[in-house]
Amino acid sequence: MLRLVGVAWWLQVKMRSRSAFDGLLSLLWPGFFATTIFMMFRQGDASGPALLSAAVGSSAMGIWSAVSTTSAFALQMERRQGTLELLVLAPQPFALLLVPLTLSMATIGAYSMVATLLWGRIAFGIEISIADPVAFVLAVVVTVFAIGMLGMLIAISSIRYRSAWAVGSALEMPVWLICGFLVAINDLPAWVRPLSAVLAPTWGVAAMRSAATGHSPWANLGWCLLTAASYGVIAVLVSRWMVHSARANATLALS
Amino acid sequence: MVRVAEPVIQVDELVRTFHTRRGLFRRSGKEVEAVRGVSFTVERGELFGLLGPNGAGKTTTIKMLITLLLPTAGRARVLGHDVVKDAHDVRGKVGYVFGGDRGLYERLSGLDNLRYFAELYGVPARESKQRVGELLELVGLVGREKERVEGYSRGMRQRLHIARGLLHRPEVLFLDEPSIGIDPVGARELRATVKNLVDAGTTVLLTTHYMFEADELCDRIAVIAQGRIVAQGTPADLKQQVTTGTVIEIEIFGLPDGVLEKVRAEPDVQSVVVDVQGQAQVLTVHAQPGADVLQAVMAHLEGSRFGRVITREPTLEDAYIELVNAA
Repeated sequence: MLRLVGVAWWLQVKMRSRSAFDGLLSLLWPGFFATTIFMMFRQGDASGPALLSAAVGSSAMGIWSAVSTTSAFALQMERRQGTLELLVLAPQPFALLLVPLTLSMATIGAYSMVATLLWGRIAFGIEISIADPVAFVLAVVVTVFAIGMLGMLIAISSIRYRSAWAVGSALEMPVWLICGFLVAINDLPAWVRPLSAVLAPTWGVAAMRSAATGHSPWANLGWCLLTAASYGVIAVLVSRWMVHSARANATLALS
Repeated sequence: MVRVAEPVIQVDELVRTFHTRRGLFRRSGKEVEAVRGVSFTVERGELFGLLGPNGAGKTTTIKMLITLLLPTAGRARVLGHDVVKDAHDVRGKVGYVFGGDRGLYERLSGLDNLRYFAELYGVPARESKQRVGELLELVGLVGREKERVEGYSRGMRQRLHIARGLLHRPEVLFLDEPSIGIDPVGARELRATVKNLVDAGTTVLLTTHYMFEADELCDRIAVIAQGRIVAQGTPADLKQQVTTGTVIEIEIFGLPDGVLEKVRAEPDVQSVVVDVQGQAQVLTVHAQPGADVLQAVMAHLEGSRFGRVITREPTLEDAYIELVNAA
């Protein structure tokens, strides 16, 4: 199983990194995010840890944006190029085949983490002092994984519904807010907070911030892994139903 | 007690209806019966052909057998597994190859495509490299395997499709119009590959539009039209089912007015078709069974300039056209 995920992830990364146009956009997007956010925080006279927190949040935005908009559309692309049927025909749980697909997007999105932090340092002079670099890197890896798993949940609906790719785009900005990428979760209305708690990126970003500022990230990391794992269980169950429904409604080959 | 082997593919009264809906507020629905009670069996090691015009239900039937579509009614078993209840068991043992440009990752090389599908289809890690190499050799892509698929010709893509379909050594191979769009040399190589697979024990279900391909390859054929099987048997059986007798093809340069009507009026002539081929017209005359109409037809063409004149027995194509038109 690990080999399947590993090889498929590598080939998916290879495939996605071969378009010069996509590559250029991937280079520019994090820069736009970071510039907008740093300028907003500067205007609010933020400095020191607040700017570092903003840098971490905006880099997570980049990862999430790379996954949310493309994960749902990825299955529509598979459908158009005639490979979705071949994926369904594979004698593997369908949800498992989506893991390397969305992880590859999150991996490419992870580049935005480096780009954002560097851009913040070079263009805005933000002091990047990570208190616990090992825990920080671990938190980044777990967050990338968690965002990939959330992307997989979004992608699953596209097996059955051809237009479900729009869900990914619709969720892009709400997740920025709900997961506390930019705004502290405590500042959100009380009814939103349970929603934040069930979204793995909330815990991932909190872990990254804790590691950066010298606090213990382990509890947040644990919750992040737990919620991401629960997405896996949900994905297995939902994907079975979605594939069955797609076979009944003949939507696997429609483009 | 003699134990009779179960057919590899057993299809009983299979039905598939598609529902389409239109409109946003006032939704109107439409039902299309693509497959209407199809039944047939395929024995182990057999090459079974499914022939039919576009929209006859060939691909829909195949997709139900390989578990990509659920039947609306009826039953089908592949290698003893029910295609609805045991879909997972069926998937591990069948291969599916379809014609056309789709079904491959354009930005990956041929080699990477095969590596990817080998993982997906559960080829053991220790066998994967060797198996991919064997298949590249089999389909003649050695030396081009590291190029991206987007630069492949239609024929190369089709060969890569075949290699992909064979990665996990399927016991049953479903070939859905595999030779569509391939040049004659490529199509001949493809037929040789399919023949070798059958000789090695693979059971094959093939759909094709090319009658000579079906005639050359298939042990048995089912002709499907408007979702129903209208005839089944060996190619020789089907040819015998044709109600026409001898077929005469006459190449003629400048068909005189009124001759066509006179030929049609001959009592032993069943049908006449004229086809323009370059400077010439080709008159194809189907005679009644047992009748000899050559002299009578030639008498009407006296004074005209002829090319070749061929008298032949009905082909599978003649049988197919008659069966489909009668459906």
